[in-house]
Amino acid sequence: MSRHTLSVLVENKSGVLARVSALFSRRGFNIESLAVGPTENPDLSRMTIVVEAASQPLEQITKQLNKLIEVIKIVELDGGAAVQRELLLVKVRAPMAERTQVLQTAELFRARVVDVNPETVTLEATGTPDKLQALLAVLAPLGIKEMAQSGTVALGRGPRSMSGAGTLRPVERTA
Amino acid sequence: MTTTPSEQAANRQAAAREAASREAPTREAAAALTGVETVGRTAGAAPTMRSAPEPATGITGAQSLVRSLEAAGVDVIFGIPGGAILPAYDPLFDSQVRHVLVRHEQGAGHAATGYAQATGRVGVCMATSGPGATNLVTPLADAHMDSVPVVAITGQVPSAAIGTDAFQEADIRGITMPITKHNFLITDPDEIPQRIAEAFHLAATGRPGPVLVDISKDALQATTNFSWPPRLDLPGYKPTTRPHGKQVREAAALIAAARRPVLYVGGGVLKAGATEELAALAELTGAPVVTTLMARGAFPDSHRQNLGMPGMHGNVTAVTALQKADVLVALGARFDDRVTGELSSFAPDALVIHADIDPAEIGKNRRADVPIVGDARETIAQLTDALRTEQQAGRTPDLAAWWTQLDDWRERYPLGYDWPEDGSLSPQYVIERLGAIAGPDSIYAAGVGQHQMWAAQFIRYEKPGTWLNSGGLGTMGYAVPAAMGAKYGRPETTVWAIDGDGCFQMTNQELATCAIEGIPIKVAVINNGNLGMVRQWQTLFYEGRYSNTKLHVQDAAGKPKAVRIPDFVALAEALGCVGLRCETKDDVDAVIEKAMAINDAPVVIDFVVGHDAQVWPMVAAGASNDDIMAARDVRPVFGEGQV
Repeated sequence: MSRHTLSVLVENKSGVLARVSALFSRRGFNIESLAVGPTENPDLSRMTIVVEAASQPLEQITKQLNKLIEVIKIVELDGGAAVQRELLLVKVRAPMAERTQVLQTAELFRARVVDVNPETVTLEATGTPDKLQALLAVLAPLGIKEMAQSGTVALGRGPRSMSGAGTLRPVERTA
Repeated sequence: MTTTPSEQAANRQAAAREAASREAPTREAAAALTGVETVGRTAGAAPTMRSAPEPATGITGAQSLVRSLEAAGVDVIFGIPGGAILPAYDPLFDSQVRHVLVRHEQGAGHAATGYAQATGRVGVCMATSGPGATNLVTPLADAHMDSVPVVAITGQVPSAAIGTDAFQEADIRGITMPITKHNFLITDPDEIPQRIAEAFHLAATGRPGPVLVDISKDALQATTNFSWPPRLDLPGYKPTTRPHGKQVREAAALIAAARRPVLYVGGGVLKAGATEELAALAELTGAPVVTTLMARGAFPDSHRQNLGMPGMHGNVTAVTALQKADVLVALGARFDDRVTGELSSFAPDALVIHADIDPAEIGKNRRADVPIVGDARETIAQLTDALRTEQQAGRTPDLAAWWTQLDDWRERYPLGYDWPEDGSLSPQYVIERLGAIAGPDSIYAAGVGQHQMWAAQFIRYEKPGTWLNSGGLGTMGYAVPAAMGAKYGRPETTVWAIDGDGCFQMTNQELATCAIEGIPIKVAVINNGNLGMVRQWQTLFYEGRYSNTKLHVQDAAGKPKAVRIPDFVALAEALGCVGLRCETKDDVDAVIEKAMAINDAPVVIDFVVGHDAQVWPMVAAGASNDDIMAARDVRPVFGEGQV
């Protein structure tokens, strides 16, 4: 079992997200995280799906995804060859006495303060899942009141893109 | 002497029945017998060539829908109207597209499937929103599992009411997502022609399958324009039909070196219309062929190289040939669990060439050594060419030892059956005689269960499109409506539904449709008074504890009573059919011939058979194919030192 990040270009139509997520649950595959957003082309959306799977089930996942009529293209973005980021918003208990410690931690992780009040500070951080985990580990003893975290979004490194000239090689449609 | 009207009617019926039994059954006799007019039908089997559809402006969405269906070449729709779809039924009234009014939407769906399987064209069904649409769920799931091209049109509540739990609202698009190849919800009338064109394209191309088009009532009522052909907008849909030359050559090399090859033929070969190509490949290789439940008829049963059906109830030779093969050539087959048995011990020594149009099937259950994605027809043709090249280079395998082995198994473990000890009629005999008398030109549609397996085993199929059944989903109740659809699509052909008494009681209401719409199918009810296949499992695996499988009336001792509930002959007559009954071996041929002579009314034969007949051979669910039982407690002996 290992972690795989799939970047999936889909038609920007209603119901596509339902089809994709239903496919995963119906075929018994687990989604670790899922992020959907617009792309440079208004007709297309990009889904970044992180799955935990061995290579044989992964092949079956991508083949089944490719069968969905509204799926245009799938690329697997692996660690080194892609930039992967998540967004974290975290509300930390920060009474005046402990506030400096919170702010120093934020600085260390290049997190920004986006909301302040006498009791708490809300931080915004982006990074790889590992970095955000590390940040949370440091903040935990201080008291995390609430947090929200996005799914991973990712782009391949280098000049190529998934659509247009010099495209990234799709996950094989054929066996 | 005076008689009441009901007495007169009874007398007329009795006289007609008497006349019918005296004379050769004719249309008149049948009509008199049933009191139902059978509608003559002139609409041909093939869709008539229509002139290019004229563009139109200022028409309703419903008119645009009907024009689109006409333009798509639809000749028949099986359906039932209701509130949300009602606008579509008004222009349909004037259309050259024939509508067959079924009695239940499940019947409409299976009829569309049977039509598609018998003709190779897309079958069409129509229903209203809510319960009408949800009643299509079973046939859509069925068509999806068996890759049958079907388009379902459903009405939806007005778009403003969607999501409000309106009367007869059901999210049929959401419900059918996992059981259709694709589906659409249309709320904009301008989209109708394009979506209909896309639906037919998706249903019929690539790996075929059902497509549902849900249309809101306001879209059907609104004003729109129509033009044809519309532009298809399916950027993510590019089925691979041409196989990769390198992989084809690799496959040919593997076959040329094989000592124990088997061609494992699935339903994809029929879908692709590749039976001639298959015959050429089989002849060239000289290899044995097994035809799965979905592929019966893809290769003639009379051909020496055809070993028959593999799988849970396949014959010993076909199952064992797969187990002992060194090269499996899977053509349009999907390594279903009913074929492989326990997957880890399936064909342990075989290298696998797997050709399928759906890349997701390759490697799904069994790893493929040579994967080939492509249309079966092109793939098989290219494979034959590549193999010819191999043979010209002097690489022709000697299969003599393999055939000696296979023929030995064939001789020692032929398909067979015993007559019931209680003197009752043997269901296998009935089905065997039916196949012999109706012949290889007839179409046979089976339900699901013992009768289905016997029909797959004991009828000899020689031609494609002559065997229809619910293979993947195993839908009881499939036979009667599917036969109806098949008969509509191929009116010149004799169509037999072979049904069990359990299955028959699920969908026999469509016989009323057949009688009224002039679709004279024939039904052989293999009536053993039980859910036979379940009973068989209870006999084998549950110590004969027959929990809830007896369909007949029992006395206190659990013995069947003489009363028949239902009386299938009376039921047939109530539904406007000719009803016949057969309870003895001596009557079997005569009653089948009598049914064959009635060409203008549906006929039902109630074959009352013994309830303890079992389907053999059998590989128990989850067991290895190596543990096939030729008959109860009879384990084939393959012997030491054999391949």
